[in-house]
Amino acid sequence: MVEAGARAEERGRPEVILRAARPRYGEMIIKGVLILAAFISVLTTTGIVLSLLEETISFFGEVPIKDFLFGTEWTPLFNPPSFGVLPLILGTFVVSAIAMVVAVPLGLGASIYLSEYARPRVRKTVKPILELLAGVPTIVFGYFALTFFTPEILRGLFGNEVQIFNGLAAGIIVGFLIIPTIASIAEDAMSAVPASLREGAFGLGGSKLQVSTRVVFPAALSGIVAGVVLGLSRAVGETMVVLIAGGQVPQWGLNAFKPMETMTAFIGATGKGDISTGSTAYKTIFAVGMTLFVITLIMNLFSIRFVRKYRQVYE
Amino acid sequence: MSAHGETIAAPGPARAVDRPATARRVKDVGFRLALVGCVAIAFLLLGVLLWDVVRDGAGRLNVDFITSFASTNADQAGIQGALWGTIWIMGVCALFIIPVGVATAIYLEEYADNDRWYNRLIEVNIQNLAAVPSIVYGILGLAFLVRGPLSLGPVVLAGGLTLGLLVLPVVIIAGREAIRAVPPSIREGSMALGATQWQTIWRQVLPASIPGIATGVILALSRAIGETAPLIVIGTATFVAFDPDGVNSLFTAMPIQIFDWISRPSNDVNDYLPLAAAGILLLMIVLVLMNAVAIWLRNRYEQKW
Repeated sequence: MVEAGARAEERGRPEVILRAARPRYGEMIIKGVLILAAFISVLTTTGIVLSLLEETISFFGEVPIKDFLFGTEWTPLFNPPSFGVLPLILGTFVVSAIAMVVAVPLGLGASIYLSEYARPRVRKTVKPILELLAGVPTIVFGYFALTFFTPEILRGLFGNEVQIFNGLAAGIIVGFLIIPTIASIAEDAMSAVPASLREGAFGLGGSKLQVSTRVVFPAALSGIVAGVVLGLSRAVGETMVVLIAGGQVPQWGLNAFKPMETMTAFIGATGKGDISTGSTAYKTIFAVGMTLFVITLIMNLFSIRFVRKYRQVYE
Repeated sequence: MSAHGETIAAPGPARAVDRPATARRVKDVGFRLALVGCVAIAFLLLGVLLWDVVRDGAGRLNVDFITSFASTNADQAGIQGALWGTIWIMGVCALFIIPVGVATAIYLEEYADNDRWYNRLIEVNIQNLAAVPSIVYGILGLAFLVRGPLSLGPVVLAGGLTLGLLVLPVVIIAGREAIRAVPPSIREGSMALGATQWQTIWRQVLPASIPGIATGVILALSRAIGETAPLIVIGTATFVAFDPDGVNSLFTAMPIQIFDWISRPSNDVNDYLPLAAAGILLLMIVLVLMNAVAIWLRNRYEQKW
């Protein structure tokens, strides 16, 4: 600044200032207020991390971190209690895996249909209905899984071996409710693939099937991966369906016909009871919440990166 | 040499000609059917779900249900307290997300310089917050609002703010899109006439983007209204036989009441499941109305530049 001014004087000309003649304090105050509002979102993240950290650290003061991470028995309310988180992580993993088996083919199929096959008018009606799956409150899906899907469908198929609370029903229903997450991000990515790529492939004699699966799909792969990862993150974080239909008994095993408690279901089930601040049971909520937050955070950041990647390529 | 030779020779006899055209068509049609099948399965599940809820709950959904309080006697129980609790927390939630969400959207679209690290931080942060599991917000509400620093207890204010923080990213993202849709020429015209940046935003940009922002707010509220997990974690009461009378009043909400009915052991004397289904129906009717307003707003006021 000073240097520039000095040089302007040397040349004998007044410095040209492209700014308001006097500072507008009102405008500056408004900008300050807006920045503060924007920082509320940063504060939210900070608040989440701080609240989780504080109680988690205090939890690890009482329970060795090794017992928590590698223990295979989760009975925090028993006497003596045992705090091995692995059964909860395994339950989360199995339920999410079942959900992905349902959601990935259905979601990607729907996205290819919407982006490559459906006429604009069909798309305009199909898309909002599909998105209803994400708009219906998850407690409704929980009710449906418990009172209809398990007794009528699963028991019809596999018999009474299926318990009334089971991981399979929870996983399948969670799979349905993340279809729109996967489908809409994947469709966005495929729609962003330039028409010239499709035209080129058609010009070489490709059929619609070949163009969709061998040109558009690979070209949109980073967006599709982003959608799938985000869908997985939602499956891991979904609470109500697993709390209602999945049961509240941790299982160190892979039998999806039996109850499976996930991390979210444990937090919900423990939070439901009246627990006193500072008790070990209270702290387990935060320790498990921290584990859940870290797992989903990694997936979210991964997904955000991939979305940015396809946007950079084609937009 | 061989590699080079192959690339030239590869096309050889054109495969499309080789293969019978019908086989290709069958494959194409098959693929198309499979794709339609994916959509159909999703629709089918949605249809069965709606049918199941209507079948179970339609008999209980009547005026008595809406005007009765919680009761251990299933025949007399209703959802009045929870309905008013939901209205109260949605009010608090709206009062929080509208100013904060719109201000953030304005800052990010109109002021923020994207090369600055802190602006990029805010942006990535919002994207991440949109995907943080809702139950984690419940933990935040429990640790900061209900207990800990603010110690409000599980009251209307704590519930509304917890849900507000949860859906804030929805409002911000929708608000940014609405603001971005206002063409730069409008801003330039306003500034050229001597308006300051804030005058331009307040008198030109905001009025033009209100339909988009309002749609975003309604979508955010319709997500918040069905959220159960965070309210469970903050310790929302499940048996409330009164309407809340202020932001510091204890409350229960519709999804919590529904969850309570689902979890209660039903028997021949007291069958709570029809109550849960009726509650779900009422919740879905409110949701449909909210979305109808959002769609109407978008179609009625959407501006093509």
